[in-house]
Parts: sequence; structure tokens; C-alpha cells
Amino acid sequence: MKASSLLVAGSLSLFMVSPAFAARDYISIVGSSTVYPFSTVVAEKYGKTSGAKTPKIESTGTGGGFKLFCGGVGVDHPDMSNASRAIKASEIKTCADNGVKEIVEVKIGYDGIAIANAKTAAKLSLTRKDIFLALAKEVPDPADATKLIANPYKTWKDVNPTLPANKIEVLGPPPTSGTRDAFVELVMETGADTLEVFKNLKKADAKAHAKAVQTVREDGAYVEAGENDNLIVQKLQSNPNALGIFGFSFLDQNADKVQGSAIEGKLPTYETIADGSYSVSRPLFFYVKKAHVEVIPGIKGYLAEFASDKAWGKDGYLADKGLIAMPDAERKQMAANVAGLKVMEMK
Amino acid sequence: MITQPNLLEPGKDLKKRYRTDRWFQRIGITAITLALAFIALLFYKIITEGYTAFIQTKIMLEVDFSEQTFAKENLAAADYPALVKKSLSELFPEVTGRNDKKLLFGLVSSGAAYKLEEMVSANPKIIGTRQKVWVPAASDVDMLMKNKIDRNAPQENRRLQDNQLAWLDNLHNQGKLEKQFNQTFFTSGDSRDPEMAGILGGVKGTFLTLLITLTLAFPIGVAAAIYLEEFAPQNHWTDFIEVNINNLAAVPSIIFGLLGLAVFINFFGLPRSTSIVGGLVLALMTLPTIIIAGRASLKSVPPSIREAALGVGASKMQTVTHHVLPLAMPGMLTGGIIGMARALGETAPLLMIGMVAFIVDIPGAISDPATLLPVQIYLWADSPERGFTEKTSAAIIMLLAFLMTMNSLAIYLRKRFEIKW
Repeated sequence: MKASSLLVAGSLSLFMVSPAFAARDYISIVGSSTVYPFSTVVAEKYGKTSGAKTPKIESTGTGGGFKLFCGGVGVDHPDMSNASRAIKASEIKTCADNGVKEIVEVKIGYDGIAIANAKTAAKLSLTRKDIFLALAKEVPDPADATKLIANPYKTWKDVNPTLPANKIEVLGPPPTSGTRDAFVELVMETGADTLEVFKNLKKADAKAHAKAVQTVREDGAYVEAGENDNLIVQKLQSNPNALGIFGFSFLDQNADKVQGSAIEGKLPTYETIADGSYSVSRPLFFYVKKAHVEVIPGIKGYLAEFASDKAWGKDGYLADKGLIAMPDAERKQMAANVAGLKVMEMK
Repeated sequence: MITQPNLLEPGKDLKKRYRTDRWFQRIGITAITLALAFIALLFYKIITEGYTAFIQTKIMLEVDFSEQTFAKENLAAADYPALVKKSLSELFPEVTGRNDKKLLFGLVSSGAAYKLEEMVSANPKIIGTRQKVWVPAASDVDMLMKNKIDRNAPQENRRLQDNQLAWLDNLHNQGKLEKQFNQTFFTSGDSRDPEMAGILGGVKGTFLTLLITLTLAFPIGVAAAIYLEEFAPQNHWTDFIEVNINNLAAVPSIIFGLLGLAVFINFFGLPRSTSIVGGLVLALMTLPTIIIAGRASLKSVPPSIREAALGVGASKMQTVTHHVLPLAMPGMLTGGIIGMARALGETAPLLMIGMVAFIVDIPGAISDPATLLPVQIYLWADSPERGFTEKTSAAIIMLLAFLMTMNSLAIYLRKRFEIKW
């Protein structure tokens, strides 16, 4: 009993000082782990050159970031949220319900998802249909294309006779990852919709269709390798037959160890992602709470640093880190939106 | 008829018993050898990968701190990157094209400009002079010097171009490119450039957090142990409490993180990502360990000590504070240090309270955003840049060094103050 009363007394005495924490003089940013490598670089540059405090950036994942971001207005809540997809209508609603009514959306550039293997192996040329057939849990029966059966394919050659007879073994991110969401949406769903049976299913039963095209096989061909992309790169080196799925920046940094496979005939390079011809790419964003801009010192400076050409431009330092810059016109438009703090329309 | 066993002749049974004995010993030795082999492998892997992080490639530049660069009053407003670029251009006057210049300037870290700024603000008298300065090289150059980039690979497969290699060789031959002790690693906070990243932020955050954990958990834990062991009546209530303390000690640490998020951040409104919240959460986590260790060491004090003290007229309180507690203290300290060592290695609960974050500024107070050494390791392990691989291993070496120091301290304290009965 004495112990618990001591604990209560001890904690109470500590909380007496809590009003001193009321003001916050640094920016707090949460959100996507894909945007994290870019926003941290900007934050560090901003902190070092402006003399202001360096923003604090947490990598919580896109969904987790919006949950915190939409928690409310005030110093207890983050000022910005990074996202590897656009904000959903349901998230905008949560935000509005909690008093976050004015949000500025900033698109920062594009990111490609590479499907790569070790340099020691042959370079592959895949289509999204191949990847879908290799990785989906249920695929059309080769004998009767209108029926779905459990995925029977063991090697890439089974999927497509032009591919090598290597065992299908793909290392990729787990379902909690934004990269996985993007991979499923950009590769699996589009791959599935080239097949007649899924087109019909989509018309008949949209829910069943979504489930069928989004479910990745669980018989060991797809290995969830965790959120650590460096680990995937290392595993690919020791296993030349395996393929790995990760962000373009990791391919860019490890070009001497791994090579990207061509998708629909296009290799993942800075140029093909920028002009949109490499199909597996997605826009990246961050969102700013307008109500915080005047309250938390440094937000304007950080935004100006991010929206400058030396940061997100074609030759900017973010491009060196693997961010694919937006086309000139789009970038100019975005920079104007940032400068004017153009608020998103609340649907 | 009863057959008497012949005690002088060894029976079949004895041989078998000896054999099982030997087998048991062999299994034990194998288990220990395996464990040691794995530890050796771990240390070998981490040390061979990480030791290179303690040295860093630097480039010597001759910088002209000319007066017109510093014409303005504000020293911080001077264009330091331009100073670095100018001295590089002086070294290689033949490099002219825009692209080539960009490649040339890429050899030096962006930290070079900060280094010059630091020099000027520390000693403004150097304005108007020419100084030889060792500035950090870019991470790719560093990796090349440490043989972690294969220079014989085709140009498109490595991050340094052929002409960059030629410039570097040139610098190397002039003695202007060498590997030096990496001071930055110990004096700076996190950075997204591997050559600028250091562990001081993590170490300081760890220190502040563990300080809070220790000042909270140790006194409370010891008090709880004394009460439960010496004063509390033996009834269902105390049994219930004991069971719960033992359960708490086995609860996965992430649960404490969730508790911290719900109670300290959401209810009491303490700021996220700060050492104070981290310290509170880790204190809750280590409390059961300290209570259990404390009770065990109190139990090991012989009852005769208590009886003797009570017999000469000491009160219950005096018996405990004058006799029992001093004898039990070494065991309690050991428990406390082992609890702290466990807290030092935690990342899971910190994830929930926002301490897994990119924090550049070195925390100065318990209310500043801070991160911990294990979190720093986790963040670096996840970074795409090649240079962070060795930094990760080096940070692990530092963490292991801290853990070993703490555990040795625990052993020393036990040996020093232990009383054998």
C-alpha cells in the first residue's frame, strides 16, 4: 500500500511541472516512412542554416500519421503529416470532426517501386500480369480460365515461358507498409485486370474482386521481409534467384549490388519514373495544419526550404536522395500553393 | 534365496551410470560451446563491420577567409558553401564544365561549410587569412577509401564517376586526402548524411531517460520490497500483490509503451518524444524487476540478525534501516543495475510514445525531444545510404560497451559488498 501511495505521490509531483511544457518551439512531423528520408534531409538543412530548432520527425506510417495529425489542433498534436498516398475522405472527415478544418496539401514528387534481383543474376523483364500470376493467392485455372484455383505456379517459367525456370521467391514489405499498399494497387490490381475472369468479377461483385486481387499468396513464395529495405538488399545478394520489392531510393543507393527488373519493358530509372513511362510509381505528399502556421515558430521557413528548387528541383538535394522531381509546371504550381497556404477543399 | 550384490566387483549397472554421466557432461559442454560460438560470431561480425566508423576520410582544403566574404556584420550570413567551392576550384583549376564542377563539389561533405562557420564564429580573427582546414569528405568518398565501394566496377554501377576517382587519386598523392579519427561520431547528433551523423544525441537522451528511470524506480522499488518483505502481514492481499508483481515482470515491454501513451501523454498531456515520458515508461517497466531482486536479497539476510536487533530493543524500523537494509543493499543494487541494463536496450515501448524519431538537436533538458541509443541503431539500420551500415555497427559496439560496463559494475558491487554467511 505504501508503495502505491509513494508512486502516486511521486508521479503527481512530477506532473506539477507540466504547464512548463505548454509551449512548443519546434515543428513536429509524423507520417510515412517513405517520405521520412526526404523530409528529414530538409529538416536538417533547415535547422542548420536557419539557426532555428530542427523539426522532429517520426516515422509512423501514412495511416498512423493521419491518426495523430487529425487528433486536433494545439501544441499536443503534430503540425504536419507525411504521406505516400493522398489523404482519404474518411481521414478528412476525422480531421474536421476534431477541429482540423484547414489543411494544406503539398505534393513533393514521385517515388518508384523497384522489383529487383542481385547483379549476379540475369536481368528480368516482367509484366504486371506475370507478377500477379506469380504472387496472387488465387489465379485463373490454366485449364478453365473462368475458374479461380489456388496458385499452382512454382517457377517463373510456369507463369510465362519466356522467363527463366527459377523458383518464385519474392521478398517484400509486410501489409503495414505503405510500399506494400502501393505495390498491391499499382501492380497486383492492374495485373489482375488484364485477365478476363477478374474483369467479370469486378462487374459482378466488387468486394470479392477487391479481396481476390489484393490477396498475396501465403505458401512461402512471397516472403514478408519486414520494413527494413536494407535487409532485403542483403538477402538478394546471398540468393540470386530471389526478387525483392523496395523503394527506388534503395535501388539508387545500391546500384552496384542489385538491378531493377524491367516492368512492361521499362527499367526503373530516374528518367522513366519522372516521365511516367515506368508504371510502378506513386506521388508523395505532406499535409500542413494551417492553424499551426502562425503559432509554431519555423513552419513557414521549413515550407519555404522544402518548396525551393534547390531542395525538390530536378538538381536539388532531394533528387540526390532518390526523390523523383515533379515536372517544372507542376512544381511551380505547388510552390505557389505552398507560399499562399492554399487550403484543401473539404469534401 | 537372496543374492547379495558383490560390492567389490563393479556391476553392469555402474558402467551404464558412468556412461550417462559422461553423456550429460558432454551435452552441457556442447551447449556452452554453441552459445560462446554464437556470441563470438556476433562480436566478430559487428566489430569487423563497425570499426571503420571510428575513422573518417578527410580532405585538406586551403580556405581563403577573405575580408569581402565577411563584409556583412552577421558572420552566420556569410556564404560558407561558396568558400568551400572556391578552394576546391583552386585545387583543380582545369575543371570547368557545370556538370564536372558539380561532381567535384560532390567530393566534399555538406558538413564542410558548417565546419568553416564553426571555425569563424569560434575565432573571428582568422578572417583575412588563408587557413589549411581538414574537412569531411562525402560519404561515397569515405566508402571508397574504406574499400566498401568497388572502384573496378563499371562506372554506371558505382556512385563515383571515373573523373572523380582521378581527382581523388590526385588528392591522395598530394597527401590531401587521408583517414583520421572520427570525432564527429562522438560529438554530434543524428544526421541524414552518414559522414555527419553521431551518437551524442542518442547517448545524452539515454542518459537523461535512464536518470529519470533510476531516480523513480529504485527508491520506489526498494521501498516496496522492504514493505512487502518486512512489514506486510501474510494474507490473501499480499499474495495477490506478489502474483501481480511477478506477472508484471513478464509483461512484454510494448504494453508499457501503450500504457505510457494512454496515461502520460493522452491523460496528463506530457509532450511526446521527450525523455520525461520515456523515463516514466521505463521506470514502470523496471519496477517489478527491482522489487523482485530487492525481496530476494532481503530474504537472504538471516533471521538471526533481525532477532538479535529486536532482542536488544531495536524497533522494527531500526532493525530494518540499521541492520537488514545495509546487508541487503548489494543485492538490491545489482537488481537495480540489471533493471537499468534491460531498460537501456529497449526500443519497443519507445515506439508508442514517439521517441523513435529523427532528432538532430542534442537534448539539453528532460522536456526536449530526445531519442535513445537503441532507437538510433534502429533508425540507421533502416537508412538507404551505404555509409550508415558501418555507423549502425559502430553504434551497436557503443551500446554493448555500455551494457558490459553496467553489468561489470553490478558484479563488482556484489563481490565488493557481499557478505557470506
